[in-house]
Amino acid sequence: MNKFTGKVWVLGDDIDTDIIIPTDYLALPTIEDMKQYGFSPLRPELASRIQEGDIIVAGKNFGCGSSREQAPEIIKALKVACVIAKSYARIFFRNSINNGLLLIENDQIQDVVKEGDMLTVQMGEYLQLGDRTFPIASLPDNLMDIINAGGLVKAMQRRNGIETED
Amino acid sequence: MGSTLIEKIVARNIGADQVKPGQIVTVNVDRVMIHDIFIPFVADKFEEMGFTSLWDPDKVVLIYDHLIPTSAVEDVRHFKIGDAFAEKYGLKNVHRSDGICHQLMTEAGYAKPGNIVFGTDSHTTTYGCVGCFSSGIGYTEMASILGTGQLWIRVPETIKVVVNGTLPDNVTAKDVILRLIGDLRSDGATYKVLELSGSAVDAMSVASRMTISNMAIEAGAKACLFRPDEKTCEYSRVNMEDVDWLYPDEDADYCRVMEYRAEDLVPVLACPSQVDNIKPVTEVEGTELDQVFIGSCTNGRLEDLAVAAGILKGHTTACKLIVTPASRKIYMEAIKAGYMETLAKAGAIITQPGCGLCCGRAGGILTDGEKVLATNNRNFLGRMGTSKVGIYLGSPATAATSAITGKITVPKGIQGN
Amino acid sequence: MGMTIGEKIIARAAGVEEVKPNDIHTITLDRMMSNDGTTHLTVDMFNNDLKNPHIADPDKVVFIMDHNVPSNSPKTAEAHKKMRNFAREQGIRLYEGQGVCHQIMMEDYVCPGEMIFGADSHTTSYGALGAFGTGVGCTDFLYAMTTGTSWVMVPETIRFNLHGKLREGVFPRDLILTIIGDIGANGATYKIMEFGGDGAHALSVNDRMVLCNLTVEAGAKAGIVEPDEKVVEYCKEHGREAVHMFRSDEDAHFAAVYEYDLDQIEPVVVRPDFVDNFATLKEVEPEKIAIDQAFVGSCNNGRVEDLRAAADVVRGKKISPKVRFLVAPASQAVYIEALKEGIITDLMEAGAMIMNANCSVCWGSCQGVIGENEVLISTGTRNFKGRSGAPSSKVYLASAATCAASALAGYITGADSVK
Repeated sequence: MNKFTGKVWVLGDDIDTDIIIPTDYLALPTIEDMKQYGFSPLRPELASRIQEGDIIVAGKNFGCGSSREQAPEIIKALKVACVIAKSYARIFFRNSINNGLLLIENDQIQDVVKEGDMLTVQMGEYLQLGDRTFPIASLPDNLMDIINAGGLVKAMQRRNGIETED
Repeated sequence: MGSTLIEKIVARNIGADQVKPGQIVTVNVDRVMIHDIFIPFVADKFEEMGFTSLWDPDKVVLIYDHLIPTSAVEDVRHFKIGDAFAEKYGLKNVHRSDGICHQLMTEAGYAKPGNIVFGTDSHTTTYGCVGCFSSGIGYTEMASILGTGQLWIRVPETIKVVVNGTLPDNVTAKDVILRLIGDLRSDGATYKVLELSGSAVDAMSVASRMTISNMAIEAGAKACLFRPDEKTCEYSRVNMEDVDWLYPDEDADYCRVMEYRAEDLVPVLACPSQVDNIKPVTEVEGTELDQVFIGSCTNGRLEDLAVAAGILKGHTTACKLIVTPASRKIYMEAIKAGYMETLAKAGAIITQPGCGLCCGRAGGILTDGEKVLATNNRNFLGRMGTSKVGIYLGSPATAATSAITGKITVPKGIQGN
Repeated sequence: MGMTIGEKIIARAAGVEEVKPNDIHTITLDRMMSNDGTTHLTVDMFNNDLKNPHIADPDKVVFIMDHNVPSNSPKTAEAHKKMRNFAREQGIRLYEGQGVCHQIMMEDYVCPGEMIFGADSHTTSYGALGAFGTGVGCTDFLYAMTTGTSWVMVPETIRFNLHGKLREGVFPRDLILTIIGDIGANGATYKIMEFGGDGAHALSVNDRMVLCNLTVEAGAKAGIVEPDEKVVEYCKEHGREAVHMFRSDEDAHFAAVYEYDLDQIEPVVVRPDFVDNFATLKEVEPEKIAIDQAFVGSCNNGRVEDLRAAADVVRGKKISPKVRFLVAPASQAVYIEALKEGIITDLMEAGAMIMNANCSVCWGSCQGVIGENEVLISTGTRNFKGRSGAPSSKVYLASAATCAASALAGYITGADSVK
């Protein structure tokens, strides 16, 4: 999936982990049980409206706060293709990589994109909105290694000599 | 070129002479902490990864605190899974109702100066108060450490924060860290280390430093370190000779230096609903409150309860006051010192040590239009109830003073921090 | 024809010389108590269903938040807000998180001879001070609060003559659970359970509260112990005067009379899921029933005597790592007394969790909730199916000493076996 297009949902700065998934729902048994509450403090309707392949565009410091890995897992479970933000909080960033949730850093698209727009991503190269493009960087090698392995669980399975189906 | 505290800890850990920011290294983990919320996920991932034993059971600590006491039928599932995991893999360090994980990690001596510790909780930065490099990670990475004892990190840059002078009366470590977060903003230290120094910091108790290191994550910091001193050694039960290597070099390289005059600092609050929305208490004084909360890994320690008891002695609260000591040990010390009796007589609702209201599952959840002044570390939207609850974060002094009036009130009456 | 204590209290409340069982009388209430279990519903009815409503006498009404304190959800917080605002508007005294309603009522309000309605079934507790306390629903409560009056059909009285003293290691809780086991969960339906005899007078007011509190579990309308000097003393200590000290007349009519020799009572363990599912500790002990949680607290058994009994068992020992041991003092006053006596410290040393003063595990909706198939041994009032959590869980009822001993052992056992 080097190039893909998705519908945009626009969120602001400092989208914290308690917004992505409030603590109250963390003890639910599975991510599937939890995902309907994604973003509920800010936009209760959002989780039910997001469709497979949609893209979240947000401001700075996305994922700040708790180390709860449910945050990226829920975004992934909602089948969001990627998150594009001006910057990411670090624990969230690591958790996303480890779970194979694609994060893209860009601080220009926010000025022009509107909710509902169709946005195209060319991995490691650019974002495209209508006829405008915005350059994006690719990830460092050690992170690409984890992503290429299919996430940290798969990387560890390989280390422990376990063959898994992809 | 010299090294900062974090660079020294990492270099020593990997057996290198020196490391530089940006370098990617694999560290040997000294201790890990897993709490009740995440143990089911860690256990799952651990087995899914194909591990059959812990790299070192003694180095793993399991703490039940978010769900203590339980508030829903499903909560005990986490204890059952945790207990079964501990039993299966020979894990002995299990705390089932002793207090908040971050308090216990230093209090019980699991995290010591110079150590590298990871925990499945963002406020793992807390152990920097004793000069330990500690940071929060997710459960997948935790599972991989449980099997390997290692984690890769990118050596972070360091921001040097110097606070010189004497803090004015009624200005506490909480006001210092809130001011710092206000200046850095919520992402100002993202993937950087805060290194605290200066005469005001030297004068602080380990508990006060813990308040600061605990909240460093709210500016995005990877860690927050204090150079160990005699107070640290006494608290952590180590000898000064054991930590004589752990100091920042004079010619260490900092990406930023922030200097404060302690005398300039005032009592402040983080106003709804961002931790970096910092205002002097005077600016929001008079705001009606429905509840005050004193507790959490940020401010539930003996010195915090002492301040609260000192202020509340002989008074009755004008709004609901919930007090949650950070650990069983602290609670018992506070009983001995008479603080609990004073607080109870003032009308405080005193709960079992644990995360309580701060983690937003129980312990005083609020509803639309209500306002709470709390001593914990986050005021995110919906953190303590609905998204229409206004959460103000402040010091125990501000909290206790405001509980007497039922309004946000500038703290009076405590001296000499 | 003479009258029983309960009949005399009703006669006084009705302003008549004499009442007989099955008469219906309009009564004036001395006090009305409502807690956060239902007050928000009463407030809704007050605001929505009545025309120009007003509270007859706010001084006679007491609101107490004790069931869900501290709040565990926005919904609870909303109910609390409604209760708090209403109390403020109407000038009603409100207690928030200061203890279980019945304990606070005993400490701050109840006087002998009074007629008291509480929107909670265990209002029968107030018979420990020679008052007629009875539980009512929201609608009855609303009528009482707005008119200051209500109606009552005079119940028949069953007399329990208690003789001698409980043996060491046997508690008033064992006694009342034995009585309920004997007469059954409907053994006193719509009757007054009246306690007298030297054995009753030997009990402290707090011990009497244990008896009266649980009479509703036999279906009783009220439970009353003959008031005596100890009642006068209790009232005095709490700044009140005991005026209407009623006793049954020699020729009063009782529907039944039971005699109990207290030294014959044994430690009890009530099995799930009914309060009258009586068994002795001796019978249950060999089964070594594993427990997940133990609870000492509630309006039945959360006073300093109970906490002390638990502390005496666990002092210097550690609870089983397989057990969560929760202790909830019945009120702030109880908590402070226990603090001063070192009881709280002893319990904490042993590994107990000390809850804020509230209904806690006994209410089972927001604190110490137990999970699927878990087993709880409790000093609470009820062991109904799902009372303290998952419907598949089981609740055993026993004394504080037995609960504490079981917390040490990890299975149901008595204090003697953990010495």
